[in-house]
Amino acid sequence: MSNEEDYLQEYTLRSWLLTTDHKRVGLLYMASITLFFFVGGAAATVMRLELMTPKGDVLGSPDAYNRLFTMHGVIMIFFFLVPSIPAVLGNFLLPLMIGARDLAFPKLNLLSWYVYMTGGLIGIWILLFGGVDTGWTFYTPFSTMFSNTMVVTAALAVFITGFSSILTGLNFIVTVHTMRAPGMTWFRLPLFVWSHYATSLVMVLGTPVLAITVMLVALERLFHIGIFDPKLGGDPILFQHLFWFYSHPAVYIMVLPGMAVISEIVPCFSRRPIFGYRFIAGSSMAIAIFGFLVWGHHMFVSGQSMYAGMVFSIISFLVAIPSAIKVFNWTTTMYKGAVWLDTPMLYALGFIGLFTIGGLTGLMLASLGVDVHVHDTYFVVAHFHYIMVGGAVMAYLGGIHFWWPKMTGRMYPEIWGKLSALIVFVGFNLTFFPQFILGYLGMPRRYYEYSPEFQVLNVMSTAGASILAVGYVMPLVYLLLSLRQPAYAGPNPWGATGLEWQTDSPPPVHNFHDMPVVTAEPYDYSPEAFQEEHDHAVSHASR
Amino acid sequence: MWNFPLFPDQASTNAARVDALFLFELGVILFFTLAVCLAIFVLVVRFRRGRIVDRSGPPLEARWLEVTWIVIPLILSMIMFAWSADVYFRLYQAPPDAAEISVVGKQWMWYLQHPEGRSEINQLHVPVGRPIKLKMTSQDVIHSFYVPAFRIKQDVLPGRYTTLWFEPSKVGTYHLFCTEYCGTSHSEMIGTVTVMEPAEYDGWLAAGGAGPSQADEGERLFVQHHCAGCHRGSQVVNAPRLEGVYGKPVPIQDGKEVRFVTADDRYIRDSILMPRQEVVAGYQPVMPSFQGQISEPDLLKIIAYIKSLAAKETGTVR
Repeated sequence: MSNEEDYLQEYTLRSWLLTTDHKRVGLLYMASITLFFFVGGAAATVMRLELMTPKGDVLGSPDAYNRLFTMHGVIMIFFFLVPSIPAVLGNFLLPLMIGARDLAFPKLNLLSWYVYMTGGLIGIWILLFGGVDTGWTFYTPFSTMFSNTMVVTAALAVFITGFSSILTGLNFIVTVHTMRAPGMTWFRLPLFVWSHYATSLVMVLGTPVLAITVMLVALERLFHIGIFDPKLGGDPILFQHLFWFYSHPAVYIMVLPGMAVISEIVPCFSRRPIFGYRFIAGSSMAIAIFGFLVWGHHMFVSGQSMYAGMVFSIISFLVAIPSAIKVFNWTTTMYKGAVWLDTPMLYALGFIGLFTIGGLTGLMLASLGVDVHVHDTYFVVAHFHYIMVGGAVMAYLGGIHFWWPKMTGRMYPEIWGKLSALIVFVGFNLTFFPQFILGYLGMPRRYYEYSPEFQVLNVMSTAGASILAVGYVMPLVYLLLSLRQPAYAGPNPWGATGLEWQTDSPPPVHNFHDMPVVTAEPYDYSPEAFQEEHDHAVSHASR
Repeated sequence: MWNFPLFPDQASTNAARVDALFLFELGVILFFTLAVCLAIFVLVVRFRRGRIVDRSGPPLEARWLEVTWIVIPLILSMIMFAWSADVYFRLYQAPPDAAEISVVGKQWMWYLQHPEGRSEINQLHVPVGRPIKLKMTSQDVIHSFYVPAFRIKQDVLPGRYTTLWFEPSKVGTYHLFCTEYCGTSHSEMIGTVTVMEPAEYDGWLAAGGAGPSQADEGERLFVQHHCAGCHRGSQVVNAPRLEGVYGKPVPIQDGKEVRFVTADDRYIRDSILMPRQEVVAGYQPVMPSFQGQISEPDLLKIIAYIKSLAAKETGTVR
């Protein structure tokens, strides 16, 4: 141990609010994102209660329900899923993983958090004083001419928040290009970094389109400029093209970082190098590029040309291939390994299962003929929750558990961690699997009331949601309680490779005591040599 | 509450096609999901920490394996693509003899108009075994016309006509939903489709009173809105005659160029609401716009009338 202080040493509010340390900015994001996750989750809970019976008898008015699902979507997408892994884990880990002292633009990094909070607080303000009822998709001409809720304010919140995404992406790209430690070649980068690099490209190229789109919605509402209004010669479908041009790639902003986390956890807990490193790295880039070319698959029944539909369909099928590569490679990584099922690995295996179901059902939505039937039904709701909640949230929780000792120096109680992973997995499947059946039966989404024959499946879903809620509250409790323990986790409790594990836990302010030099390939694990080392580390940490 | 279906009714000729593709894809999905889960389970058990097992020489990369699991999913997904595109085209290409029913969506109801004249709200009666084509538009926001039992869906757009067709194959009553979120009472914008025996259907039509057909109604509106003054052989105003025009190409003056546009529903609608956009070559852009003066259902009737003139000889062009 050196006498340099770790990055958590100062306690004043001022020291946090004016920090330019990437690790502290990561924790600022973590605190605010956790808040938004539970606000969005509360909205989901009320919605599931409402949907327990076919008649609207909990909220009492369809308007309240419509505002609730809109805020659930807006908060979860823009204030939780998009920033979650990149802004929390990415900010914290990216410089550590490539052996840098900080991100390339530390002040810009702090600014991105303030921009995010500004957008987020406007979001909360909307929630408290009126709400929006357009759905997070803001489809025109409903949003521009017919909704009398706070659409312009919501557009402003989304517009502002987008800039935090752009700043983060920009910062990551420049950092990866310019600040790698000696010996850290591109093909020695951890796959976490590759995924975040691909994600950053999507953030920088896609988010401005969203900003322009919501600006057009605001202009149309305020000044009736006639972009989307057919009466003024505008095109009601144009919005959908612009919106999905960002929002489909945005799904990859949510999932690629999730894949990043899984690519770190699986080799570590299998004690062997990841299988097919270059294929996984390449598939991240392929997903990022293909992701921009599939937006039209949201519009197979919108009236767009049938030949456009065919082009978007075939590209959507192609994007499944790089995702499949990753799933197969993660699975193969366990072959001849020494697999150990601690909490992060349980979350990671849960991710692989749920992401597989979510991804494969995506093939049904890419299929023109089947999509016509299930489009805008609960089938789609189930599908994207499997990807975004089953995938991105599982990975986020897995990542938090994996790097918690690094971030705080504390271990959490392993038994509670395993239990939470199990409860989340069971609760999740009970919540969302029935929705696939509901969707194929024909229950449309965004319905406040529904036909009585759909009730049994809705009750199952609501029951699952209450289990899921318990699973999400548990880590919040035991992780916070673990902060009362002294910081004895040790620099590397999992015996993991990667530069972030070669420094103290929590890391010193400038990350490394000496400039690291990379001489080995990534994921230099050996299944045999490890056992003893780990047992020692764990007994040391729990002492 | 214990009425607990797991699979929807199949009540149109296309439903079985969609279900066959769905079941094939379900099989593929189940196979791969189970394969991945089984592989994880076996690997976790076999290679769990502390178990004595041969771990020497783990493979880091295997080109043949990667290629295999790129090529097999690629082939499978291309099969799905081709099959699903075929189903899609069948879902949207109406047979030429389909009876045409007009649909107007508005917040928050469906207005449906039979060609014989009878109209309905939130209910659609159709005869079994006869192909039906829907011509749909919206008066305000985007709606979506969805009958799960028929496996059909199409967005209903303001300012544009979209079409949908089906051939009901089973007598019964089925859900009609709006699936594009359209505001406060989105979930109440629902209705039923009743499929009847043809004889029963004819009786139902007659019971509504033998009102004027949609085309006859259209002719009345055509006169009432003073369209007839110019478009019916006036010697004073220089306007194109409409007999025989529907479905034919018409020459449009576009700067110095002349291009041809098919006089379909879209063209006629735009010519009524935005008459100066696409003026027939040789005529002056003098017609006033009827934007905001003619309702969506009435526009559909006027178009039906002009369509009924399609068989008649074109009158003198000038």
